[in-house]
Amino acid sequence: MQGSTVDTSESSKVMVTAESQAHGHDDHEEHPDFRIFGMILFLIAEGMIFLGLFAAYLTFRSVNAIPADQIPERELLLPGINTILLVASSFLIHPAEDAIKENDVKAVRKWFGLAAVLGVIFIFGQGYEYSQLTFGLRDSLFASTFYILTGFHGLHVMLGLGAIFSVLWRSRKPGHYTSESHFGIAAAELYWHFVDVVWIVLFLLLYIL
Amino acid sequence: MTSAITENPEATKPPSGPQHKGHHPWWIYFTFCTDHKVIGIQYLVTTFIFYLIGGALATVVRAELATPASDLVSRELYNQLFTVHATVMIFLWIVPAGTGAFANFLLPLQVGARDMAFPKLNAVAFWMVPPAGVLLIGSFLIEAPGSGWTSYPPLSLVNNQTGELIWILSVLLLGTSSILGAVNFGTTIIKMRMPGLSFNQMPLFCWSMLAASALVLISTPVLAGALILLSFDLVVGTNFFNPAGGGEPVVYQHMFWFYSHPAVYIMILPVFGMISEILPVHARKPIFGYLAIAYSSLTISFLGLIVWAHHMFTSGTPSWLRMFFMVATMIIAVPTGIKVFSWVATLWGGKISLNSAMLFAMGFLSMFVIGGLSGVMVASVPFDIHVHDTYFIVAHLHYVLFGGSVFGLYAGIYHWFPKMTGRMMNETLGRIHFTLTLIGFNLCFMPMHWLGLQGMPRRVAEYDPQFATVNLVCSIGSFLLAISTLPFLYNAIHAWIAGPKASGNPWNALGLEWQTTSPPPIENWEGDPPLVEDSYAYGSKPGKKSVTALKGSDLWKTPV
Ligand SMILES: [Cu+2]
Repeated sequence: MQGSTVDTSESSKVMVTAESQAHGHDDHEEHPDFRIFGMILFLIAEGMIFLGLFAAYLTFRSVNAIPADQIPERELLLPGINTILLVASSFLIHPAEDAIKENDVKAVRKWFGLAAVLGVIFIFGQGYEYSQLTFGLRDSLFASTFYILTGFHGLHVMLGLGAIFSVLWRSRKPGHYTSESHFGIAAAELYWHFVDVVWIVLFLLLYIL
Repeated sequence: MTSAITENPEATKPPSGPQHKGHHPWWIYFTFCTDHKVIGIQYLVTTFIFYLIGGALATVVRAELATPASDLVSRELYNQLFTVHATVMIFLWIVPAGTGAFANFLLPLQVGARDMAFPKLNAVAFWMVPPAGVLLIGSFLIEAPGSGWTSYPPLSLVNNQTGELIWILSVLLLGTSSILGAVNFGTTIIKMRMPGLSFNQMPLFCWSMLAASALVLISTPVLAGALILLSFDLVVGTNFFNPAGGGEPVVYQHMFWFYSHPAVYIMILPVFGMISEILPVHARKPIFGYLAIAYSSLTISFLGLIVWAHHMFTSGTPSWLRMFFMVATMIIAVPTGIKVFSWVATLWGGKISLNSAMLFAMGFLSMFVIGGLSGVMVASVPFDIHVHDTYFIVAHLHYVLFGGSVFGLYAGIYHWFPKMTGRMMNETLGRIHFTLTLIGFNLCFMPMHWLGLQGMPRRVAEYDPQFATVNLVCSIGSFLLAISTLPFLYNAIHAWIAGPKASGNPWNALGLEWQTTSPPPIENWEGDPPLVEDSYAYGSKPGKKSVTALKGSDLWKTPV
């Protein structure tokens, strides 16, 4: 009985509390939903990829690997419109979470649908801009960095659109999302905001700076 | 809160075999299982197999270096051998063993949870490791990467391009796995602590995993970014890092080391945590300086993010930048020193039992201090310029990663083996294992300090004949090191199958993971986990004679 002969003296700090008693073991798998918290941690990691790429771009510029005269002129109108579209879609998607707290799935579908429309226009706008550019992926260090950054971000926009469409698809079934359980809605919205914030930084760095 | 002093009934129950209700069948270990204990053991066994493979590669490297001429393997193969050796040891053994195996097995048990926050994600993270490893090691059949584990361009852009791509793919997979793991660990530690367990009561292993997970989340993605750019250079023909096309290879170095310096702490912080758990148990004393150890982990984590360019003192780094990184690096010695002094103070005057776990923990302490001291030496710019890319660096990094991390991982295996398997390992074999490892390790790596100071460059298959004798000594040490794993392997396999049954708490430890059966049932505790208010309260109160009179290793020998 190794445990009991010695432990009694030392285990005065090992105690069963009322709270832990009340916390029965039937509630396995029913702990509060931490998925949004986990997703925030994951978005920190995602953000760091972008931060790393931004830092690489700034270093390329600051150590003169990209001389200033080698940066081609870029049209500001189209990316400017795109920026407005993306920011607007972020505002449009935001009311959805309040709506689902009222169990108003119809409103959720409306706001998500509007955001998705703007997101799709953004992707097409980006594609159109690519077709109009005078430089290709391998033309210069600036060109490569430009395409990598905008392309990688575009990929994230598409992932975000995928999340939005999957919410739209699933919400056809009544009761799939409720005021209590709507991780999909919250996650898609959070991701969309993330994609939006990354774009603003990217726009400032690539087009304005 | 009732202060009813209870014996956890589970702790004194007779040990239960695997046939006991609430345990997994053996084949579960080969499946996509979401139980954190199964995943932890899957990680440990898988990574240990990779460790043996990485060790075999190292043995070939040392066999080649036993003589000055490049006679055993070709120079090209030599480059591939040390490249894959380093990649396997870092990405497939130490990182996933520390953060994957032990964190998975221990964290839920230590915070009083029934599983990790995201069990499915956890299993996904594990199952990325075996394919990545097979990919990397299988590359020898096609073309192995040969540009060093650092993969510096422009070398990596022209040398073994297929192998390089395989290397990138494998490392990206492992990085993703590591990030998913960190999401799980962070959420579990922050959100899943049982009611009443505050941050400042958590076992120190939880603190160190919190710090390590933060580093994984912040630094690993930057490596991924660098590798994405590198693969574009390789496949599409862009010139991000190719100076011939106007690129800037030093940017790769910055991005690479922004991950790979913190990676050292990702590899050592979990071990710091394990040592903080092991020492008090086998010295029967409270941990000295709990808060200092806990918060120094966070300090190390923060400082670890702003010192990366100390690997680049010879890369044309401007002198003001060198100065900053030199000072910042040296400052890391402060929180690290706080930990070392706390551990020594924990041992001071303790009832130390020199069992295998304690021997490896003390081996860790002494070997890591040597690696830490040579680390402060190479942090200083003038000295580093002298020894950069020499065997002094090889010696330094092995004292940190082998003398530190691997000794600590062995200590952890000996300490938690009974909890994981429900069986006791053989102490005599464990001590033989420790003795051989300690001698082999020092014989292999201590002379390399001298070789480096004399100017012998690393990563070269041939060397000046004046270094022949010392290199032979190093090679003999490495063979001894290879042999030293045999008693361990025999011990572990034999103990797992037929070792004496372990009770729930063979070391009479206070940690929460010991207050259940060995191995724990699927739900970790049958009933509710007890709240451990102070898991380091060994002998801290009067009336503790019954425990302190016994030495740790004697406890499990007393008849059950
Ligand atoms: Cu470093």
